[in-house]
Amino acid sequence: MRFEDEPVPGYPLPILPGHTSPGRFERVLRAGGFAVTTELAPPDSADPEEVYQRARVFDGYVDAINATDGSGANCHMSSLAVCALLTRVGYAPIMQISCRDKNRIAIQGDILGGAAMGVCNMLCLTGDGVQAGDHPQAKPVFDLDCVSLLDIARTLRDDHHFQSGRKISFAPRVFFGAAENPSGLPYAWRPQRLAKKVAAGAQFIQTQYCYDLPLLRAFMDQVEQLGLLDKVYILVGVGPLRSAKTAEWMRKNVPGMHVPDAIIARLAGAQDQARESRDICIELIQEMREIRGVSGVHIMAYRQEESVAEIVDKSAILQGRSPWYPERDASQYSQRTAS
Amino acid sequence: MYSVRLWSVRHARGLNAFYRGFEAMLVRMNGLFRALGYEHIERPVAVVEKAVKGLLFDCRMCGQCVLSSTGMSCPMNCPKTLRNGPCGGVRANGNCEVKPDMKCVWVEAYRGSERIPGGVESMSRVQFAVDQRQQGRSSWLRVTREKTEPPGGDSKPTAKGAS
Repeated sequence: MRFEDEPVPGYPLPILPGHTSPGRFERVLRAGGFAVTTELAPPDSADPEEVYQRARVFDGYVDAINATDGSGANCHMSSLAVCALLTRVGYAPIMQISCRDKNRIAIQGDILGGAAMGVCNMLCLTGDGVQAGDHPQAKPVFDLDCVSLLDIARTLRDDHHFQSGRKISFAPRVFFGAAENPSGLPYAWRPQRLAKKVAAGAQFIQTQYCYDLPLLRAFMDQVEQLGLLDKVYILVGVGPLRSAKTAEWMRKNVPGMHVPDAIIARLAGAQDQARESRDICIELIQEMREIRGVSGVHIMAYRQEESVAEIVDKSAILQGRSPWYPERDASQYSQRTAS
Repeated sequence: MYSVRLWSVRHARGLNAFYRGFEAMLVRMNGLFRALGYEHIERPVAVVEKAVKGLLFDCRMCGQCVLSSTGMSCPMNCPKTLRNGPCGGVRANGNCEVKPDMKCVWVEAYRGSERIPGGVESMSRVQFAVDQRQQGRSSWLRVTREKTEPPGGDSKPTAKGAS
């Protein structure tokens, strides 16, 4: 897919009325497309080529790539840097901002810096606790929480000033998102929490892994009742679990992860568990897209990133669409890098 | 104390009603506070407030109390000091991701809010970022000042319905 007003793919697009960013991801969602996003695990390395290698795996299958920000409280290359590398060659990254490691001074600086580097999408998160990661001795910051972060981010963009009130001369043109966990306690209040994030400035939501469809449907029903469906785009989190053992481990150790017993039993009974886990994922995606208000999926396949292409392909969610990637229109790409 | 903190959430309705009366009394005492000088009484009042709320809620004296909007469960006891609801990491048994033996402050907050009339609506309102300068100062005096003085001054009001 190519937008007709996209002079050189990967370059910022003109901002259409009602849009807040010059990015392709917002375009796809606002045009009513079923969007596909995925997650890139930033390398434990200072080599940019490792970032590009990790991004290339998704070429042609995803509309945007999340660059995680110290996911699981483990130290990796920063999300801002990964995103800046990705925008250099035209990818549409989603910069993740966690409140765990930075205070409001650093975060607002990163929002401006990211936007200046061409990052059009940012996901505002609370962040995992430091106890979960490889530096449990670190100081958890949490000066903001995800909702106050969204409020501050939106103020930067729409009111053109820092939280302090000091003016900025050019506002970041960013599409802001947040996370939600439909399978997290207290279930009854989760939709209201989402409403709170929307009120604070969230324009899109990427959820935690959802393997429990009845729970997701109940959540989406309530979100609809709160009148949120025309205010926010919801992308549901999915991913292959690889094996029954992995699923058990993740259920036990990944915060907020809920995997129904039926899924684990199905994996355990399969001949080829990895194959089965991808099939489960494909089936889930096909069912999710029938749920009212689901605008896309966020496929998380940590350490099995190569399976994303197959999952997207087999679930046919792109409906013939081919999201742009640097090599797709080879002539324009070489023209761009030569210039 | 953890067990008292849980007790307070179970009695959120009564504590909230009591606080409403207490706050009205504080507002009526504004003239006296002003005569004594708010800055003069800041420290002794903060000491009393810390003792009372420390006992009942494990209060951390953030200075911008939102207990009435959090079902009498102090959000500053959340290891991530979240003020707008639970993170995505709540355990299946309702316990905290960071401290596995502690009930999630926000799961408790929701329980408490259900007991307070209008509590869930109140919990669903956005709380803006805390002003870290208020740490250690009295919320009681702050609320009394905010309710009796015209808006203005150097600190943006961040929290409604304090305790």
